[in-house]
Amino acid sequence: MADEDADLRLKLVKQFSAGVPHNRALGIWIEAVTPGSTVFRLPYDEKLVGNPDTGVLHGGAITALLDGASGAAVFAALTDFVPIATLDLRIDYLRPAEAGKDVVCKATCYKLARNVAFTRAVAFHDDPDDPIAHSVGTFMISTKGGKA
Amino acid sequence: MTLVDRLTAAKRDANYQGLIDAVPYARFLGLTAGMEGEELITTMKFGAHLIGNPALPALHGGTLGALLESAAIFELLWRAETVVLPKTITLTVDYLRSGAAVDTHARGIVTRHGRRVTNVRMEAWQTDRATPVATAHAIFLVKRAA
Repeated sequence: MADEDADLRLKLVKQFSAGVPHNRALGIWIEAVTPGSTVFRLPYDEKLVGNPDTGVLHGGAITALLDGASGAAVFAALTDFVPIATLDLRIDYLRPAEAGKDVVCKATCYKLARNVAFTRAVAFHDDPDDPIAHSVGTFMISTKGGKA
Repeated sequence: MTLVDRLTAAKRDANYQGLIDAVPYARFLGLTAGMEGEELITTMKFGAHLIGNPALPALHGGTLGALLESAAIFELLWRAETVVLPKTITLTVDYLRSGAAVDTHARGIVTRHGRRVTNVRMEAWQTDRATPVATAHAIFLVKRAA
């Protein structure tokens, strides 16, 4: 029974993430939602280019990908649906994305405390060990029915 | 025209919007830029595609991060004597309150301009500048263009 509840909750996180207007505008696909972890895919799109000479995606699109996947990882770690609010997000840009390639983001909520959740995420093309960007984030967890 | 040529022309003509129109992603976000006194202010016009939480509604945190990063880059492009494309090394955003479904403004202030690395702090606000929705700091690699 508990497992069924967990499966339903993860499905809802996936549906919710897929329906977020900005995720839709970016063309993000939710590839996987597992307990405390998500995989988002940002398909290459010319409208998201930062440098038209090279066709490389703007860092902002990757920021939004990391932020969205990290927040969803917190929802995927929680046992109740309660509002969360991003406290901070630090992103290290390790190398430029390559033109024409999708960017995949794997995010993990590695610590869930009473008030705060801690996440890390990595963005890459094909190999998570050859990352484009890495982020760490913190999220405030609201009490049920209360404010974040 | 290359991006650097377009940016050089935009600076020469004091055409702030030219900085932005050269970048597809900046158009996607709905950014505009203009001088207010001595400050270069970047504005993200509200659009339904920027929403992260439809229930509140609130802007997606990623859009605020992108606005703050863009404001810093425009500031660097605008103030530099020659056009150098800054590369973001790190970006840290503090989210202070949820972004309402209205226009958001941002500016960047260079805190240290080094030979290879430049530090910038940024702030973003909506109706009241005294209560920012997010602040950030970023470090850029500013390698001289060949």
